[in-house]
Amino acid sequence: MEHRSSIDINTEWDIVAARQLGRNEAKSTGFGTVDQARITTAISELARTIYLYAGKGRIEIQSITVGQRVGLVIIASDEGPGIADLQKVMTDGYTTSGGLGAGMPGVKRLMDDFRIETEVGVGTTITATKWLH
Amino acid sequence: MKMRIPILKLKETLIVSIQVELDDQTALQFQEDLLNELHKTSARGVVIDLTPIDFIDSFIAKVLGDVIHMTSLMGAKVVITGIQPSVAITLIELGIRLENVITALDLENRLEKLTRELEA
Repeated sequence: MEHRSSIDINTEWDIVAARQLGRNEAKSTGFGTVDQARITTAISELARTIYLYAGKGRIEIQSITVGQRVGLVIIASDEGPGIADLQKVMTDGYTTSGGLGAGMPGVKRLMDDFRIETEVGVGTTITATKWLH
Repeated sequence: MKMRIPILKLKETLIVSIQVELDDQTALQFQEDLLNELHKTSARGVVIDLTPIDFIDSFIAKVLGDVIHMTSLMGAKVVITGIQPSVAITLIELGIRLENVITALDLENRLEKLTRELEA
């Protein structure tokens, strides 16, 4: 059983819309309040990263069932500049936007599975999954 | 779409209850409004209650942290009240430490202490 929804990120307001969508999906998938907050926060970070660095992109939220496991997958994709130094991006405190540099390493800790595919000049796709325990 | 967060004054303390999900612009507007209000009223304490807030991302955390530092530059004390378990957990997992911040479980308890401290 699969259910998916998505939202285009073009403006700052779409960040709010994306996390509201995420919270609703997390709730209807059966996640408790703390996991709902983790998922909402992760989506907020991913959507803001798209808005700040790529200008536009898309957040897709998918509920999945693999065997007995139920989970929620967030896919953040853009056709932005790509990430030249992945190691730096995943370091706490590293930022080029004047932020806290907490976004990417934070998302990795908030979610269970985390994968980045990126190519300079082509774009970035981040896939993060939270499993229902 | 941008909203204004109401700021109340009680004796020498400004009280803010954040009741809405903060978007970036509302958060930045709040920062400015609070500092202006501090300047205008010469309040010495600020209580920011976050009870209705169920998540804080790194941007909102940065704005809050900045507000706290700016307020202390202006000679006032900030107290954060009502941080929910989900907020505490996600903030730490994001790697955010709100350093040198006075926090309290609820508004009532903290307001009393702050009033006493300011009177002393």
